[in-house]
Amino acid sequence: MSETAEANPVHDWIAKSVAEHPVILFMKGEPEQPRCGFSAVTVQILDHLGVEFVGVDVLQSEPLREGIKTFSDWPTIPQLYVKGEFVGGCDIVKEMFQSGELKTLLTEQGLITA
Amino acid sequence: MPMSQPDLEAALREGFPDAEIEITDLAGDGDHYKARIVSTAFKGLPRVRQHQLVYASLKGKMGGELHALALETSAPS
Repeated sequence: MSETAEANPVHDWIAKSVAEHPVILFMKGEPEQPRCGFSAVTVQILDHLGVEFVGVDVLQSEPLREGIKTFSDWPTIPQLYVKGEFVGGCDIVKEMFQSGELKTLLTEQGLITA
Repeated sequence: MPMSQPDLEAALREGFPDAEIEITDLAGDGDHYKARIVSTAFKGLPRVRQHQLVYASLKGKMGGELHALALETSAPS
């Protein structure tokens, strides 16, 4: 961790949020009303798997929208975290869903029942 | 601000000289691309790391100049 990362209150907030919520999705819009196609697809997949998740709308805060990108070293939104680990964006989530890996991951973590 | 397909391809070729690269302009608007990249650089890496390498080769353009780039990365089998 660099000094700038330690001094970044947005990063602190993100770190705390991903530690507190087993499944958390940083997205554009709210889960009930996504405001970007990629966020919508990711929400659909999580809903389909029946996993409970917290959605954070990054459009509500410019520092958060930028901070999440530097936190994970990932330039796009949405971003999915499971048990504090960055899983990926829309493409990866979609690929993992199609291959069954996402279901396996969530099952292994005790977040859904098989 | 869109990025042209030749610019995108040049950036990816520079980042992955050995790779097999295939780019599709998904919407025909120079702003939504799909790239399939097969490179030895991805060998043994989780997908998040593979995509991070691709984003690094685009030097900050992803999320800025380039709005959407669907990625399909793999190592040669």
